[in-house]
Amino acid sequence: MKSNDVILHTVTKFSAVIILTFSIHLFIAGHHQPGGGFIGGLTTASGIVLLLLAFDIDTIKNNIRVNFINMAVIGVIIAVLTGMLGLIDGEAFLTQSYGDFNLPIFGDTELATAVLFDTGVALAVIGTAVSIIISISEDAN
Amino acid sequence: MNNLIIIPIILPLLVGMILVLFKNKIIFQRVVSLVTLVGMIVVSIYLMNTIKNDGIQTLQLGGWEAPFGIGIVADMFAILLVLTTAVVATCVLLFAFRSIGEDRERHYFYPLFLFLIAGVSGSFLTSDLFNLYVFFEVLLVASYVLISLGGEKRQLRESMTYVVINIISSALFLVGIAYLYTVTGTLSLAHLSSRIAEAGQDYLITTIAILLLLVFAIKAGLFLFYWLPGSYSAPPTAIAAIFAALLTKVGIYAIFRLFTLIFYHQPDVTHVFIGALAALTMILGGIGAIAYSDIHKILTYNVVIGVGFILAGLASFTYDGILGSIHYLMHDMVIKALIFLIGGAIIYITGSSHLKHMSGLIRTHPYLGWMFFIAALSLAGIPPLSGFIGKIFIVKGTFDQSLFWIGAVGLITSLLILYSMMKIFMNAFWGETILDVNEEKGSTKGMLFPIALLTLLTILLGVGAEGIMGYIEIATKALLDSSLYIDAVFNGNPIP
Repeated sequence: MKSNDVILHTVTKFSAVIILTFSIHLFIAGHHQPGGGFIGGLTTASGIVLLLLAFDIDTIKNNIRVNFINMAVIGVIIAVLTGMLGLIDGEAFLTQSYGDFNLPIFGDTELATAVLFDTGVALAVIGTAVSIIISISEDAN
Repeated sequence: MNNLIIIPIILPLLVGMILVLFKNKIIFQRVVSLVTLVGMIVVSIYLMNTIKNDGIQTLQLGGWEAPFGIGIVADMFAILLVLTTAVVATCVLLFAFRSIGEDRERHYFYPLFLFLIAGVSGSFLTSDLFNLYVFFEVLLVASYVLISLGGEKRQLRESMTYVVINIISSALFLVGIAYLYTVTGTLSLAHLSSRIAEAGQDYLITTIAILLLLVFAIKAGLFLFYWLPGSYSAPPTAIAAIFAALLTKVGIYAIFRLFTLIFYHQPDVTHVFIGALAALTMILGGIGAIAYSDIHKILTYNVVIGVGFILAGLASFTYDGILGSIHYLMHDMVIKALIFLIGGAIIYITGSSHLKHMSGLIRTHPYLGWMFFIAALSLAGIPPLSGFIGKIFIVKGTFDQSLFWIGAVGLITSLLILYSMMKIFMNAFWGETILDVNEEKGSTKGMLFPIALLTLLTILLGVGAEGIMGYIEIATKALLDSSLYIDAVFNGNPIP
């Protein structure tokens, strides 16, 4: 007999959207307030893990066609390369730079290389966390 | 500020990450990892000469001044070890091309190898106790995977011990860091050194020092080495060789750094205690080395003896003792990789690690045999090979400090080393040739080149000691005068 998981599926569909949106908010907020790449990444990963729990691995793999190991690796590469940007100006490794730019829609905006670094961290955290969960949930066969 | 000193850490890390993306392109992985390690050698040699001319090089990441920022410091001691690491890793990598097998290569062997190197050079270069912990974890996580890579039954059994032991010692490490931070309010090595020098090293700090000593003793295999012989004989030769050459050395490095830079005020307690542990390590390791007739076991117990010998030099805490220790440390990295590779080649040929099952290999493999002979003499400390110089200075250092028992144990253990190595040589290479060339289990094609390279290196370290001694003297002076390190890190700024 197939167990009834309609409620779990429905709740998950809504709450996953909320979790993923909130994780983006945390990520952006991290520039000046508590939050950032690591926490944002972990929250995203928890959203994906919730989806994995409610549905099954194959469904999620078919819908999110991302190789999470490569994602983690690309995250670290982005983070290290952003750290090396400072080397071009002769600054120390991991020195960040920022400036105000006048963008078409957003108006006067502050852009910082720290955001790029944080993006790398977020990708690394999501990739690592999700691939750990997937690999321990997979069967040997 | 010198950005170049971060290269030995981020270059292998970055390249390793990129190689993960090219999982199935094995030739590409081989070429790129070899080029990376050779690049590390070039950078280290360049840095070595920069340090010789301009003194200790530092880098504060992100431009945050010490003691608040993350600092990277390259003094001569650290950079000599980074250089030796890169050279040894290159040779072991060349050996791995032939022996590691395609299955392991596809399962991220090269990226993990590079992460291990990144962790090792990070541990050598960091100037912050907490970052030392982080880099230890980087190299340990890489080593956890490497030791179990391939998933043979024996590997999994031994990796379990290895992982549990290291997790316990890492937890104790964190406890030690927490105690030290509570007492001194800082974790930057230079800042710790200046604060403890100011306030004096009381019994509380000495106790914390002993706790940290025990942590690194587990990791280095100093007296607490019971996990080591099993763990180091389980993985395939190339991995066992890099473990034997590098991993215990990182623990030894940490003991050296802490007990010359920070906890050097009560040598009659801490350093004599290190000396006692070193002497016991040598005795127990020596007994182990002569007791077994399994190549793996003999070689791993020789790793243990080496640890004792190096720390005997620190225990003396004299100029000569430390000079000898640094030379012996470099020699030990080379020679341990060398004997593990030769041992692996013998096992590869005969298909067994027990001495009973091999005989007369010298007729079919003369080069391998004579290179093993040179390695054995060097390990025992016969002049003019590289083991001799380190040993003579270490023994002189202990005798100068009237610690005759440590020096005597060292000399007697050298005989045990010679006996254990000759046992392998006579059993495996002398006698009747029982294996025909066609009956051999594997060929040594391509394995002899890295072995020859390391043999050449051990001869050069001994015969050409004049060339390297100048650098080692600079390293020794910097270790014995902690103000050099502190001044380089704070760079003239007031010390808070």
